[in-house]
Parts: sequence; structure tokens; C-alpha cells
Amino acid sequence: MSDSHDSIDARLDRLELPFNARGVDPYGISKDHLRTWFKFFGFLYRTYFSVHSHGHENIPKRGRAMLIGNHSGGVALDGAMVVAGSFLELDPPRLAQGMAEKFINAMPFASTWTSRVGQLTGLPEHAQRLLEDDRLLMVFPEGAKGTAKLYKERYSLVDFGTGFMRLALKTKTPIIPLGFVGGADAIPTIANSKLLGKLVGAPYVPITPWLLALPRPAPCEVHYGAPLIFSGTGNEDDEVIVRYVDEVKARIAELIERARDTRRKRKKLLPLGGDK
Amino acid sequence: MKVLICGISGAIARKLALTLLEKGHQVAGIDVRPWRSAPPGVEVHTVDLRKRAAEDVFRKFRPNAVVHMATVTSLVVSGEERYRINLGGTQAVFEHCRAYDVEHCVFVGRHTYYGAGPDVALYHTENEPPHALGKFPELSDLVAADLFAANALWRLPQLCTSVLRICYTLGPSGQGTLGTFLRGRAVPMVFGFDPLFQFLHEDDVAQALLLTLEKRPRGVFNVAGPQPLPLTNVAREAGRMTIPLPEFALALALGRGGLPSLSSGAVQHLKYPVVIDAKVFKKAVGFDHRYDELETIRDFARAFPSGGQTGTHGMTS
Repeated sequence: MSDSHDSIDARLDRLELPFNARGVDPYGISKDHLRTWFKFFGFLYRTYFSVHSHGHENIPKRGRAMLIGNHSGGVALDGAMVVAGSFLELDPPRLAQGMAEKFINAMPFASTWTSRVGQLTGLPEHAQRLLEDDRLLMVFPEGAKGTAKLYKERYSLVDFGTGFMRLALKTKTPIIPLGFVGGADAIPTIANSKLLGKLVGAPYVPITPWLLALPRPAPCEVHYGAPLIFSGTGNEDDEVIVRYVDEVKARIAELIERARDTRRKRKKLLPLGGDK
Repeated sequence: MKVLICGISGAIARKLALTLLEKGHQVAGIDVRPWRSAPPGVEVHTVDLRKRAAEDVFRKFRPNAVVHMATVTSLVVSGEERYRINLGGTQAVFEHCRAYDVEHCVFVGRHTYYGAGPDVALYHTENEPPHALGKFPELSDLVAADLFAANALWRLPQLCTSVLRICYTLGPSGQGTLGTFLRGRAVPMVFGFDPLFQFLHEDDVAQALLLTLEKRPRGVFNVAGPQPLPLTNVAREAGRMTIPLPEFALALALGRGGLPSLSSGAVQHLKYPVVIDAKVFKKAVGFDHRYDELETIRDFARAFPSGGQTGTHGMTS
């Protein structure tokens, strides 16, 4: 592994995406936007949340792969940190491409920024095309229900969608499970306001003890597991797919426990009196 | 081969006519607009495609192949008349193809068939239906013409039909939807949105049409070349200034103060991209573009340097 603290520009130059002469790839991902994005999220990753990453060597250096993880509460901070980690910890750096909620693409600025940094709208067509182009796809099968978890539910897993498994089988893609903890400590949700959500065009807005969903500097931990490879066509009966999905879910639950354990051992003083 | 081009006075149709002539084919054309500088080898009939005189051209010329490019966008003709030109004209072309034993008909359609919206995927394939048509009703007649052309695939089995859904075109003629949009000094944008635009150099479009006539692929095909670019990049490369306006203000400002005229539905295409996957066409006819996206913009900008006129001459997109 190379020095993960080399410059954002040096990492951008090593990012293996087919940029044109103006630094734009066929999906509209822009080097200029990535530079700004990773400067900001790199600061959050390294300093503000001091994310500790374990097992990221399980992510293939090249070729299609699917990062499947849990939402740790609050807004999708976990997703942003996994994207930052794939860029900052891997060599060559990789761009993890998430599947953004549909309402985001209808919002000014959010629409442009998510597109320019490769976080496309969560559609099966996008997921399949990215994998067929040998990209690194990031999926949180809990969806919006996962980000809506309250602080007290932060280590639980809600129901997983099954679409990712059918796609993994169809496209013969290895699944890299990940367990993330810390999101709910940064943004401890005590309630979700659907009314405020309606006003801003989102399904809900998380309410924290300090009202706004502004994150505080809570340490985060992410553990990646060894690749899981399932064989099949993607056309299997639901019970087969659900069994495979449950295997992934169980593996993620183990990784969450491992992440809690390593975080407990960190000497840094944790807000809210430490992990429970 | 005897080729009849409907809509021959457009920039791309002319290029196609000249290339076919060079290759030793016989070329005739129909258009309500005259082509005064047409070379002697090209028969140009200044008639309306929907009138009896157009049928006479089919009867007398007896083409082996017909290229139907005589459809218009809402930039050029509005209301019922556009509906009559696009649907009535397309119906007439296929009817005459059937009546006069034409072997191959190429319908030149647009990639905007697929529509744009916040939950519409990038890279449409040919088997997708149109999306978000309700938001852009001015497109409905072009979509209907495309579907009518496509149903010739089963309705007229003796006729080889190629339905092409071509991305925006750009080049020194400045014609077409994108060329018209970029002609002025300023490019209006919806504040907070910067959609991808996919375009092909007009010489490459003529080449794609030539290959279609030569290879006669049967079916529906997306036609595109280089990768798409965000609108801000397109404007910057063309030396244009962008003017981002909130959506309501943009709707009021269009067509005023040197900004291009667009129908209100077209604003949807300034928020969300329409991008197509053209792999099937490339494989079917062996097409590859000669101009990349930056060369294409430069070629347009050389002919229309910043500060040029805003026009509404677009006939094909």
C-alpha cells in the first residue's frame, strides 16, 4: 500500500477512469469536481471523523466489484466516507460509485454534484452498466430506511433489498461486505420529520438533539470483509436469493461487531460516553 | 443505387446527397425549401411531401432507397402544423415506399425520443419506451412519427426499414437543435443543473447515414459517437458565456435579450440529460466517429464565433 497521504492531485492522476482531454469521463464524472469533493471529504475522513479503515485490501484493485454495507444512521455519511476511503486508502485509488436516492437528482446543485462525482441515481440500469464497465459499485441494501435509523437502532440492520444479489449473480460480480460504525454518533437522530422532508423535497429530515443534522466529530470505523462470490444467473427463485442475501447480511452484522470492538479499544475519548 | 432524400435542403442531407453522388449513385430530393446551389446531378423537387407532386417523384424516380429527414422540431414549427408535417409526412413516405416497391427506407429520428427526467437512466438502449413525455408534450408528434416508422418493421415486411435515433448534431452549418441553442453569445441554463449533452459532428452523421444505406440494417438503432459533455463544458469550449437562471425566470427569459427560443417543455432537457448507447448501430454498420467531442465543438465555434446570431433554422437535430 502506498502512502495514503499523498496529494489529492497525485491520486486523481492515478485514478483509472477513461477521462477525456478535459478530465470528463463518459458518465460525466469530472476531475475538477472530484478534486474539490475529495479535498472536502478527505478532510472529514482523515481529520474530522478520523475514520479507521480495516481490510480495504479486500477491495480488488481493478475490475467490477460491489461494496455492500450497512447504513449507520443519520444521513448517508457512511457512504461518503466509503467513497473517500476507496480513493484515499487504495492504490491505485478507486472511485466507489453509489446509488443516490432519486429525490437528490431533482434538487438543484445536488443533482449536478452527485453526477459529476459519479454518484448516479439508484436505478438498476445504472448499477448494471457500471458493473459491465468494471467499476466499483457501492450499495446500501437497507436504502432510505437505513439512513432513517434512530440513534438507539444504530447497530441494527433493517430489511435488505434483494436486487443487488440478482445483479451480482447476473454480472458475476464479487461482493465485498463492509460494516460501518460511527455515523449515528456524528448525527444522532432522535426523530425523523416527514413534514420538513416534504418542504425540502426529501423523504424525511433527521432531527438531532441540536435540531439540525450537522455532524459532530465522532470517530468512525469501517471493516471490509473478504470477497463473497455467489454463482448463479440472477433468475433464481426468491428463496434462493433471500438465502444468499441473508448470508451477506450476517457477514455485515459480524463486521459491525468487529468495528464496534476495535473502536472500543481506541483510546480516543468518544462523545456520548463511548460505545455501548 | 437510386436514393431519394426527403428534406434534402438541410445541411446534413446535402452532405449526404453530395457524397452519394461522388460514389456514383443517382440522387433526388424533396423539400419545401429550395436548394439553389444543388449540383446538376441532384434532382431537387421543391414540393410538400404530403402533396400529390411528392408521390409523382416516387413514381417517376423509382428509388431503391429513401432517407426520410423531413421532420421538424418545436424550434421551427409550432402547434398543429408540426404535428401534420411530422406524422402526415412520415405516413406519406411509408405509403409511397409500399406503393412504389422501395427496398430500403431510413427514418432519421432523434434521441430526444427517450425523454429526460430525474429518475431516467443514462445510456438508453433501443428497447426502452419514451419517458417523461408529459413534461415535454411538444415532442409527442416526433415520438409518434418514430413509433409509426418502427411499426413498418412488421407492417411492411418486404421493406427494409432502418429507424435511426440520432443524438444532437453539431458542426459548421450551425443547424439543428443544439447548434441553434449555442448560436448566441450566451447559453441559458437552469440554475443548479448541468446536464450532459451528447452530439455528433454533422460530417459523421452524413457518414452514418451513408453506411446505413450501404449496409441496410433492419431495426431501430441509436446513433452517437463521442462521449457526452456537461453543458457548461460545451459552452466553455464554444467560447460562450453561461447564464444560469432559476427555472421560472428562465421560462420568462427564453427568446428575449439574445437568448434562444425554446418551448417550455424543452427546459426539462436543460435539467436532465438524454444520453444513448449506440453500440448496436456501430456493430451493425461498422460506424466510428471521425471527430471527437472537442473537435466537433471547435468546428462549430470556428463557423459561429462567440457573438454570432441566434437563429431558428434548425431542421434536423
